[in-house]
Amino acid sequence: MTDYSFDVLIIGAGPGGYVTAIRAAQLGFKTAIVEREHLGGICLNWGCIPTKALLRSAEIFHYMKQAENYGLSAKDISFDVAKVVQRSRGVSGRLNGGVGGLLKKNKVQIIWGEAKVTMPGEVVVADTKKIIMQPQIPIPKGVLGAGTFTARHIIIATGGRPRVLPGLEHDGKLVWSYFEAMVPKEMPKTLLVVGSGAIGVEFASFYNAMGVDVTVVEIMDQIMPVEDTEISKFAQKQLEKLGIKFRISAKVAKLEKKANSVTATIEVGGKSETITVERVIAATGVVGNIENLGLEALGIKTDRGCVVVDGFGNTNVKGIYAIGDVAGPPMLAHKAEHEGVICIEKIKGIDAHPMKKEQIPGCTYCHPQVASVGLTEAKAKAAGYELKIGRFPFLANGKAIALGEDQGLIKTIFDAKTGRLIGAHMVGAEVTELIQGFVVAMGLETTEEELMHTVFPHPTLSEMMHESVLDAYGRVIHM
Amino acid sequence: MAIEVILPKVDMDMSTGRISKWLVAEGADVKKGDPLFEIETDKAAMEVESPGTGKLGQVTAREGDNVPIGQVIAWIFAAGESPTEAVQSKPAAPLVQAPADAAQVAVVQTNTSSPSSEIRATPLARRMAKEQGVDLSSVNGSGPHGRVLSTDVEALAAKPAPPVRKAVVPIVSATPAGNAAVLVPHDSMRKTIARRLTESKSTVPHFYISADCRIDALLKLRGDLNKAAPVKDGAPSYKLSINDMVIKAWALALRDVPAANVSWTDAAMLHHAHADIGVAVSIEGGLITPIIRGAEEKSLSAISNEMKDLATRAKTRKLKSEEYNGGSSAISNLGMFGVRDFAAIINPPHATILAVGSGDQRPVVENGAIVSATVMTVTLSTDHRAVDGALGAEVLATFKRYIEHPVSMLV
Repeated sequence: MTDYSFDVLIIGAGPGGYVTAIRAAQLGFKTAIVEREHLGGICLNWGCIPTKALLRSAEIFHYMKQAENYGLSAKDISFDVAKVVQRSRGVSGRLNGGVGGLLKKNKVQIIWGEAKVTMPGEVVVADTKKIIMQPQIPIPKGVLGAGTFTARHIIIATGGRPRVLPGLEHDGKLVWSYFEAMVPKEMPKTLLVVGSGAIGVEFASFYNAMGVDVTVVEIMDQIMPVEDTEISKFAQKQLEKLGIKFRISAKVAKLEKKANSVTATIEVGGKSETITVERVIAATGVVGNIENLGLEALGIKTDRGCVVVDGFGNTNVKGIYAIGDVAGPPMLAHKAEHEGVICIEKIKGIDAHPMKKEQIPGCTYCHPQVASVGLTEAKAKAAGYELKIGRFPFLANGKAIALGEDQGLIKTIFDAKTGRLIGAHMVGAEVTELIQGFVVAMGLETTEEELMHTVFPHPTLSEMMHESVLDAYGRVIHM
Repeated sequence: MAIEVILPKVDMDMSTGRISKWLVAEGADVKKGDPLFEIETDKAAMEVESPGTGKLGQVTAREGDNVPIGQVIAWIFAAGESPTEAVQSKPAAPLVQAPADAAQVAVVQTNTSSPSSEIRATPLARRMAKEQGVDLSSVNGSGPHGRVLSTDVEALAAKPAPPVRKAVVPIVSATPAGNAAVLVPHDSMRKTIARRLTESKSTVPHFYISADCRIDALLKLRGDLNKAAPVKDGAPSYKLSINDMVIKAWALALRDVPAANVSWTDAAMLHHAHADIGVAVSIEGGLITPIIRGAEEKSLSAISNEMKDLATRAKTRKLKSEEYNGGSSAISNLGMFGVRDFAAIINPPHATILAVGSGDQRPVVENGAIVSATVMTVTLSTDHRAVDGALGAEVLATFKRYIEHPVSMLV
């Protein structure tokens, strides 16, 4: 007999939802998870992971073009868009299957369809009505379908979707969202990317490396607006060297669509200019999926497109929780996962602590990469800290030079009064793999002293982290 | 995982603590942050909060036991956890031998405290605690396994003085309202005052000598000095009180008669290098005696400003333990209440305490004629084991000379 009652029911099997489900199962809860489209969510199927696969192809292509610099020769190099995309889809497919396996192993019941919370403790699942983005990975076996389910604890983890700005509506043909941008049938000759956040810059970097003429428009006064200004400027210069054009403090006023091109009117510095491109990617942010969940009827509070929660995911209605993108920014997979674990552990009665949002790292996989944690210099100053700032350039690091990647910077920001590390900002090769060192340091509340006393292996890029800390205190060695 | 309950270090120079009371019965449920037991050191009694949520079990220290700090005294088990498997108890810290002579330990200020590295705390929390004078062991850590975080130190440093507990228990509930006698439970300060003064009065052989000091010259000098105070940022840089001058005079007297600046210990006489003068400050619910260290070397304005700071922080109970522990002598001044003279109880390890009365206009005989003069009576209590009568008289006469010829304090 089919069992329709659970201790915990999670809506959405993205990185927040499925991790929460596994943790819930570990804690002994009878757990179910509802998914309408794809296990692993946007992150795994249409976001973080497949773009990393595309960017890897772009990176190898970039190095092939640079072969001579390394004493190698590569002639007549080219690529096959279909195969690049196919590899990316393959990576997603493999991980999607992995998530199914993990849920099964942990005895989490998967329910396929669209969920609506009808009352605290009850969820009605109906067949999926959403138009599914193709290609879709097959629905796993052994799932339950439409029906009414009960659970003492209902966790909303429905994630987010691309924000649509008026005039920049995605049409799937000329104006792309990240969905279409991830599965191009052929490379456009010219591309306009609207928005220079992580998504925009990564696509700009990918298409540029694949030989497309790319222009990026950013409304704020720097690219990657959440990043430290110095790092952002550094990254912009490097990206420009590789051929990307930027219009900052600029706004797309109008798009005129033709058969196979778009003419965009861009307002910059009080002047108007036009640019004609084959395709446009609108990457102007992400909004939470709060619709059709029954939230209004239950009186669950929302604010600017996200569910309002406390530090443990509690909404204003007992027994209903929200985590991840739908519970507010920063809209990052690792934030969602962590939030979910805190939420379920708190439900279990474990001594959980709210996440320290200022210690959530951010990574952008353009070339060169950008990674950061904590406050930017401007924000630290605005917060009233007296600062000690250290910088170390890739130019002076042996490993970076050996890699042929000598352009980059590692910047560390300390509170001069206490020696607390309050920010770390990086641009350059592989920095997304380095930032975690500083995230751990921050989490453990190390001061500059412990960081100085830490042995960093030689020769690595990580030595620059050490040198940057030393520089903040006037003790840098290799500069 | 079961959470260990350890005996925390609640005072600077504490090596052991006595469990005065368990507030939660063994086997009972307890929540993190609930008062768990009461601990008494030689100076204070305080409640210790539970480090976790669960069932209290494996209690190894009973009420009245004296336990070295850091020792595991009980465990808190999560639901479903079996006490037997969880308690792979760490070997108890070696029992620190209780000092045979409490006075000696207090005076010499040996640091018997455990190194702070035994306390779970982040590097930043350690640094901040050190800089802000916060005793890490007094901080309830909010991190994993009670790890002290920077925010915990900040919260403690920012916390206002704990309110004096005024739980009132009526004992005769049948009598008409308003007439019932009530029992006010002692707080830790009251208990400490009671214990220490009982010990002093019953073990220290006190004797008393009094002297009348004419303070007309002192009053005039005080007025002149205050008028001459340089003005900084719109306020005079000092404002001397009579008490500030009494502190200075007493410190100089102890400097001039070093044999009186001593403490009795069973083995030997402890001669102090400086006159560290404790000054009794009345605060809500009791009193505390912050210390002006090396007062003989400090200027009147320095003493005055330091005293103001100590008294202010004493009233909000924000003194650090090293600011009121030790010292070589003390002053108690009740002059402002119109008290003519009184005798004070010595505050061990001190060998003397000077009780100061009010300065009144009194008739005095001068060259055979009765004249009016402002006179202040002081009474010195001394520990006869350390300071004999003649020595007491000598140091008191020296004090009187400074008070009556106050300009000599300035040179």
